[in-house]
Amino acid sequence: MALLETHDLVAFYGDFQALYGIDTYVDEGETVAIIGANGAGKSTFLHNITGLHAGAGEAVQFDGRPVGHLPAAEIVKLGIALVPEGRRLFPSLSVEENLLIGAYGQKKTGHWTLETIFELFPVLRQLRRSPATSLSGGQQQMVAFGRALISNPRLLLCDEVSLGLAPTVIKDIYEALPVIKESGASIMLVEQDVQRALGVADRVYCFMEGRVTLSGHPSEFDHATIRSAYFGT
Amino acid sequence: MLSWIDAILQGVLLGGLYALFAAGLSLMFGIMRLVNLAHGDLIVFAAFIILVIADLLGANIFVATAVTLPIMFAVGFVLQRYLLNRTLGKDILPPLLVTFGISIVIQNGLLETFSADNQRLQAFGIETQSWSLGGGIAVGVMPTLTFASAVIAILALNWIMYRTELGRGFRATSDDPSTAQLMGIDNHKVFAAATGIAFVVITLSALYFGNRAQFDPTIGSFRLLYAFEAVIIGGLGSLWGTLAGGIILGVAQTIGAKINPEWQILAGHVVFLVVLVVRPRGLFPRAVD
Repeated sequence: MALLETHDLVAFYGDFQALYGIDTYVDEGETVAIIGANGAGKSTFLHNITGLHAGAGEAVQFDGRPVGHLPAAEIVKLGIALVPEGRRLFPSLSVEENLLIGAYGQKKTGHWTLETIFELFPVLRQLRRSPATSLSGGQQQMVAFGRALISNPRLLLCDEVSLGLAPTVIKDIYEALPVIKESGASIMLVEQDVQRALGVADRVYCFMEGRVTLSGHPSEFDHATIRSAYFGT
Repeated sequence: MLSWIDAILQGVLLGGLYALFAAGLSLMFGIMRLVNLAHGDLIVFAAFIILVIADLLGANIFVATAVTLPIMFAVGFVLQRYLLNRTLGKDILPPLLVTFGISIVIQNGLLETFSADNQRLQAFGIETQSWSLGGGIAVGVMPTLTFASAVIAILALNWIMYRTELGRGFRATSDDPSTAQLMGIDNHKVFAAATGIAFVVITLSALYFGNRAQFDPTIGSFRLLYAFEAVIIGGLGSLWGTLAGGIILGVAQTIGAKINPEWQILAGHVVFLVVLVVRPRGLFPRAVD
């Protein structure tokens, strides 16, 4: 049984239909990449899983039970955490407080604690008392990862984590993924940086205009196939 | 000279009362961006509850207040959870209208129940006692208690805001409500807790307000004005700023009264206007906004 499964997931913004029946799954321990151009529906898809976009109903199943009707605050407690696009750190909170708030109201323990997060991103240890938004973009992204990890999620969703970061910084962030995977979490990676995503993913889905245009193992596809699934040309 | 020092001292103590008035307002605005127009009436409401409970139990007003605190916490929690939360959104008008409506309901409800008679929370003679500091200067026991309570209340609120998980939740929700939900924070519950805490401070200010002078069901709106002025002088969202704002307002009033007894209220308003002109964001605005 898959850890996360979406079946015929549709989503609307008013009259505008953003998703047309998305079927995906993520198995325990897998890293799945979702690629697609701007407006392909990737973010809407993530918002449906995290509960920020309500009303997915039965279409989203986590660990065998429907979660699409649950509010966002409940879903994170089930074990789905998001590293949101643009990081969205809390400016009133210090680095450490931003990390701690990821486990708000949660008692469950696991591999990820403040200590193990500081081991994963050592630079954050010295910055723990600084206001989170005083950090560089890459450091802020590390805080956003730590904030999601501290809830010890079974599934980590990463939304455009390389967006707006320098290539060397992106490399640092991506080097953390295997460690996260080793801790037992499954990862769903939403990326516009196709090469980067394909490099780490076990499987890939390509979205275009609210539909899945390609799915399978990255090595199955050549550039032309991916380009046509991505741009529709 | 001594009489001026006396005026300033009395003003500082009076400022404690204004800071208590303002702290609940500041808290609710700081966390939810909710301007509670019923704040003054809620203070009067709490004063009547203390009065009734003191009557029922035959207890003094301090015991009655201790009983009222959890009751008002519950009232605030339920009011926020089931009514005020529904008014919050991008539009700032609904909370203003609804709290204005609550203000009218409270005033008329109290008038129906208790009539327009003046009431007072009597504290077995403490209100007339004072400590002499020498040189003809004396501080009243109740004003000193009021000021001490204000400082303790602000310390406690700051402790909650900066040292507890709930406080982190308050600040995170205030920064970015939708991302806060992704952290497992149920905004509606967090807001309900915030209003509950604000109502505890309201009850505390009701005790000292009701003891200091007579009150009747319609007097709340006037208190609201002082509370607003203290919050704005201090800077929106800063609790220590609110205490400073209360003290500045209190000192301005007592010094105004010292120059000419007719100028007491006016002097407070003038200082408020000067601060608005010179520092529109208040003296200690929150860094992040």
